[in-house]
Amino acid sequence: MSYAKAQSKSAVWDWLTTVDHKKIGIMYLVAGAFFFALGGFEAILMRIQLMFPEASFLPAQTFNELLTMHGTTMIFLAAMPILFGLMNYIVPLQIGARDVAFPFLNSLGFWLFLFGGILLNLSWFFGGAPDAGWTAYVPLSSEYSGTGIDYYVLGLQISGAGTLIGGINFLVTIINMRAPGMSMMRMPLFTWSTFVASTLILFAFPALTIGLLLLMLERIFGATYFAVHAGGNVVIWQHLFWIFGHPEVYILILPAFGIFSEIISTFSKKRLFGYSAMVFATLLIGFLGFMVWAHHMFTVGMGPIANSIFAVATMAIAVPTGIKIFNWLFTMMGGRIQFTTANLFALGFIPSFVMGGVTGVMLATSAANYQFHDTYFVVAHFHYVIIGGVVLGIFGGAFYWWPRMFGYKLDEKLGKIFFWMFLFGFHLTFFVQHFLGLMGMPRRVASYLDGQGLNDMNFISTIGAFLMGVAFIIFVVNIFVSMKNRETSGDPWDGRTLEWTIPSPTPEYNFAQTPLVRDVDAYWHEKYEGDGKMKAAEPLGDIHMPNGSILPVIISIGLFISSFGFIYREHGVIWVAILGLAITFGAMFVRSIKEDHGYHIPVEEIKNDKGGK
Amino acid sequence: MAQHGIDPTAPLTGEPTKKTKRKLAKELRTQLISFTFMIFLTTIAFISIASDAIPTGFAIPFILLLACIQVVLQLYVFMHLNERGNGWQNAMIWTGVLIAIPTVASLMLLLGIVKF
Ligand code: HEM
Ligand SMILES: [Cu+2]
Repeated sequence: MSYAKAQSKSAVWDWLTTVDHKKIGIMYLVAGAFFFALGGFEAILMRIQLMFPEASFLPAQTFNELLTMHGTTMIFLAAMPILFGLMNYIVPLQIGARDVAFPFLNSLGFWLFLFGGILLNLSWFFGGAPDAGWTAYVPLSSEYSGTGIDYYVLGLQISGAGTLIGGINFLVTIINMRAPGMSMMRMPLFTWSTFVASTLILFAFPALTIGLLLLMLERIFGATYFAVHAGGNVVIWQHLFWIFGHPEVYILILPAFGIFSEIISTFSKKRLFGYSAMVFATLLIGFLGFMVWAHHMFTVGMGPIANSIFAVATMAIAVPTGIKIFNWLFTMMGGRIQFTTANLFALGFIPSFVMGGVTGVMLATSAANYQFHDTYFVVAHFHYVIIGGVVLGIFGGAFYWWPRMFGYKLDEKLGKIFFWMFLFGFHLTFFVQHFLGLMGMPRRVASYLDGQGLNDMNFISTIGAFLMGVAFIIFVVNIFVSMKNRETSGDPWDGRTLEWTIPSPTPEYNFAQTPLVRDVDAYWHEKYEGDGKMKAAEPLGDIHMPNGSILPVIISIGLFISSFGFIYREHGVIWVAILGLAITFGAMFVRSIKEDHGYHIPVEEIKNDKGGK
Repeated sequence: MAQHGIDPTAPLTGEPTKKTKRKLAKELRTQLISFTFMIFLTTIAFISIASDAIPTGFAIPFILLLACIQVVLQLYVFMHLNERGNGWQNAMIWTGVLIAIPTVASLMLLLGIVKF
């Protein structure tokens, strides 16, 4: 393909075939935001049902489906993809690269995620959504559930493959594509945390894949891994799920930690305090994250020694986490703090997340866990870490990188209203849930009885949920009303890292010349020790770009189609499964035999862009 | 950016240098030695099971140990993990091992009949 041909695609075709990490990042953000809104809507419906005792707003079965889909959607289809979107857009820019290492695979990862997510959600229209909780414990999910669980298994399997591909891609990108001078210990913290989170994906997702595979074999082919009457063991599923599941929560929180490190240091106008301690703590959290999974199973009956070991290991994670918290505080100390919306999210995160950590350590006390387990106390805990950590991180990151990604700043005034409303609504919703749990309200129930002292706090909790919902709408409004503030500078926050050295909007090839990195906070170094511009590591020349391709979409659609054949196997449509797989492997075959050398952007074009800004 | 147009799959031409020759000879020697050694290990594994002199309780962990040695030799001698520039591959493989061993070991214990 020539340069002219690459430029002349229609918009829709361009987005479908793009392999540009920036466009894929934006697609991840858009799809993730859609699923976030959907999951939020499901949550609000549940909260309305729980607003009053013995309410009949929702039938219990629908409640169970909403509950399952809310958790699954939020973790796999909202939080992870939104973080992946930010990583995709920002990480290559932060390390001075022109794209990720495998642009084609990057696109494949996105489309697999999207079609997996769509498949999962189609279950609503075909015989009911999965209803066994996001953890899908057997035998509930193997012997007592309908086709919904098939959608769960296959949807997660497909989107999980996408996640694994994405994670490997980030690893290779960060290892191989750093600009000259950017040693590992000069990487921005967001890149570091992406690196560690990707390693966790690499090692944790296989456990989920195996678990889902066993469940699929059990449901589709009558295997008996979990069937007690045939000598199987139900606890195996719980172990496999949590061997994946606990690292998963760190896959979510570590990138958020990275985002906060960037925001806090930028808006304190100071270098991050204890950079190497931060890196070390991130690695340590990542490693320990694999050694604690059984803290979700204290009440299964593993025995007191096993429980104690996992309790101690879990509490140990609080140490590196504490190191990080103190380093953020020390970064702010003596800094010139700017209270931008992005920074407000970072400031709101610290106390909120610490509260979640404290309840985490309480839950990790295995003896006490017998009291807390499966009550609203657990619900309060994980929402404090996930909303107070991950979601605040996502919104902070959105406000911070918005001008980079979309070429305009979000309105600060609306942003602050959004922040305060969201933070207040969040604490209102979940703070009282600690006490509901301590009073004995079990989690995952569709209703509760009157006269048990649970009414008031449930009512308060629902009001908080409404506030969060309204706040999110304000955020969406903000996106549209702010479009008029065109941002012409590439560096609106007086940034420290490479992504702010590029003109706005970001050119397709990112860096006209690969920059030379001379310190941590490369741009800041040039601003204060150099002439304010990055040194170039190469002469200006033609830039080689990869060709777009529609094959990732086709590969993903093939798997999507074949899933229906598996789900409705009893209706004699197994040929659909074969057809779908044939499409997938056919597209992979085409990809393997077709030569594809990409194209070059001529140097004149790049000079034009430079003159134009 | 300068060297595009070179086909990495094109056949090599010309004579190798003295240094390369010496390196290749040395590599050949290591490979032959470890190949013999690995056949030796395999023989021992067979013998330890075939002969009744060694009790099963000892033989099983013993051949597992031999298997581990073989895997490491395979990776380092024949799959070139020992060469320079493979630091990341080494780091990732050993991290994986470091995570998998405690996970699998404790999983086996936790799923056993005995409760701890
Ligand atoms: C100091 C750090 C932490 C500790 C000590 C901790 C401890 C625990 C414990 C012991 C449980 C099991 C409670 C039970 O089911 O009885 C739990 C549940 C949970 N934690 Fe944490 N946690 C920590 C941080 C996090 C973080 C950072 C996240 C996510 C970003 C997270 C997400 C969750 C989730 C989602 C659950 C509930 C899973 C479910 O049953 O559906 N935790 N935590
Ligand atoms: Cu956990």
